Amino acid sequence: MRHRSLLILTTAITTGALTLSACGSRDDKGGDAGGSKNTTVVIGVDAPLTGDLSPLGQGIKNSTELAIKNANKAKEVPGVTFEMKALDDQGQPTSGQQNATKLTGDKNVVATVGPLNSSVAQSMQQVAQANNMALISPANTTPDLTQGKDWKQNNRKRQFTTYFRTSTTDEVQGAFGGQYAYEKIKAKTVYVIDDQKTYGVGLAAAFAAKFTSLGGKVVGTEHVNPEDRDFKAIVSKAKSTNPDLVFYGGEYPAAAPLSQQLKDGGVKAPTLGGDALYSPHYINLNKKADRDYATSVGKPVEQLDSAKKFIADYKAAGYKDAYEAYGGTAYDAAWAIIQAVKATVTDNDGKLPTDARAKVVEALNKVKFDGVSGPVSFDKYGDTTNTMITAYQVDGTTWKSRHSAEYKG
Amino acid sequence: MHELPQQLANGLILGAMYGLIAIGYTMVYGIVQLINFAHGEIFMVGGFGALTAYLVLPDGTGLLLALPLMIIGGIVASTAIAVAAERFAYRPLRGAPRLAPLITAIGLSIALQQAIWKWYPDAKKARVFPQFQGDAIDILGATVQRGEIFLLVAAPLCMTALGLFVAKTRTGRGMQATAQDPDTAKLMGINTDRIIVIAFAIGATFAAIAAVAHGLKYGQIDFRMGFITGLKAFTAAVLGGIGNIYGAMLGGVVLGVAEALATGYIEEIPGMTQFGGGSWKDVWAFVLLILVLLLRPQGLLGERVADRA
Repeated sequence: MRHRSLLILTTAITTGALTLSACGSRDDKGGDAGGSKNTTVVIGVDAPLTGDLSPLGQGIKNSTELAIKNANKAKEVPGVTFEMKALDDQGQPTSGQQNATKLTGDKNVVATVGPLNSSVAQSMQQVAQANNMALISPANTTPDLTQGKDWKQNNRKRQFTTYFRTSTTDEVQGAFGGQYAYEKIKAKTVYVIDDQKTYGVGLAAAFAAKFTSLGGKVVGTEHVNPEDRDFKAIVSKAKSTNPDLVFYGGEYPAAAPLSQQLKDGGVKAPTLGGDALYSPHYINLNKKADRDYATSVGKPVEQLDSAKKFIADYKAAGYKDAYEAYGGTAYDAAWAIIQAVKATVTDNDGKLPTDARAKVVEALNKVKFDGVSGPVSFDKYGDTTNTMITAYQVDGTTWKSRHSAEYKG
Repeated sequence: MHELPQQLANGLILGAMYGLIAIGYTMVYGIVQLINFAHGEIFMVGGFGALTAYLVLPDGTGLLLALPLMIIGGIVASTAIAVAAERFAYRPLRGAPRLAPLITAIGLSIALQQAIWKWYPDAKKARVFPQFQGDAIDILGATVQRGEIFLLVAAPLCMTALGLFVAKTRTGRGMQATAQDPDTAKLMGINTDRIIVIAFAIGATFAAIAAVAHGLKYGQIDFRMGFITGLKAFTAAVLGGIGNIYGAMLGGVVLGVAEALATGYIEEIPGMTQFGGGSWKDVWAFVLLILVLLLRPQGLLGERVADRA
């Protein structure tokens, strides 16, 4: 019997050990603030730079870097040189929290762009708040992060004064999806699947609420694990309910095989998902992606005049990875920080104040400019005031935008 | 119980893949009492080996034509890694306390994942794996994908070949002898070092075949695919009775079918609605494992042997 217990013990240890994937990043040398006239201000980045969400994370990192480069080149804030410090969270809340501690520990970091995942944000908010450091996510969409868990009862309360985001919430995005599914796709029945992560569950709930309030019917619900790649058992269940549409609340690494297996298994309905499906990799990994839908925040970056410069700059910078779904909002998040630093420095006779972080947080509430994704400003919860959403559909091998609208509820 | 044939087929196919990987755990454990936790990564490397073979072939090569070469590519890659791991990571630790090789295996597992992530082109995200074109096939009321046919053919074929090899050949009998008593086997003139290398190589070969099946089935491979799948295969090996090759395959199939049935039907039991569905399938699989280990600590087909550790 002895080695049996060893087997069980080792299984437990390995699971723990391999889940805890930390990433090292040594602190940079302390800035040379004293003496020289030029002050260095560091903008932190926290995003999944490795792992299966790394394409999205790399897009966020590169876009932030681009904003910093442009600000330095244009001398946007006289006397201040911006630098970037990017840390990898691998999409894990535990790594995110370690990174938040690291970033707040570096006194040159005034504010941070990130994270990608709502679940990671939940673990970082406390740390950022305790250290008075602004955290601006280009991608978090869970309403709870800004408005508290009672937002559904319309009992909204700002959770953290230091947390902002340049992407709109699942409440808006999911409801837009529900409306789009009912009115434009003309679906009457839907099978709802989520991945049990903060983002996926919230999006699916908001979608289902709107869809049923319009008169649609949810014929089945299912939950999967985000690491799963085999969904055959779920496909068999979904098939027996014969839905007009399958809604997936989750991210493309699982959504792509799920959609393919659904169609392989004889479910004719297209899949609809949120912004985490809106990636070219969704189509690469899914041979039956044709006719699937995704909603994403903002207007298609390619269609906005304000974005043309961003796209040209991004190309010129020669990044290996594409800017992906959150490049525009990441650029805007970084630019909002730069504008806040500018306001802070201007108010302080051209010098960075000693309590720069707190001043930047204050300034962020008043920031207003025309960004890559549209007009950027934050409301009383820290959410973006821009509620533009676009529905996309896979046409052959690319995403084509079908419908953009400002969601009014 | 609607869709029962389909759910059984789903489970059987998934289970056959677990079984093929479980062979690697069970053979190595049977002979050197080492839990080779890097085996999941050997499986993963096999997948990338097969993909490499496919990519070096001229564009437009039919998949059916490429498949044998992909299998060979996968086997070469995974066997090379497994044999090197045995020679340089495990052999120096033979005779060391049991926890030392175990920790080494965990370290090796992380190292292999990171090596692929770092050096294989574009492996930072999932790589697309070629898949068979064409519609699914109906077998006895169940829909089976073309890619899955490969698994349904390969798994029984491999098991038969392995069974014959172990029972009939000199090397196979040498393996049995080494498993029973390595010291006596050595005294009888069996080169146990060679036997151990062969056990690793066979495990890696089966893992590579499973990896090709994985790629054909899901159309993608990534550097982390060996972790969860490896853990499941290890569970299958324990469930079937670790050390027993038929037990590994049986354990795999039982585990796969249990997962499919748990996803499909648990929630139809009155009062169990919230414990059903895809999110709870792993829980039910491990409940099954615990029940089996409580009633039959040696696993389904394992023999009750005196513990040598």
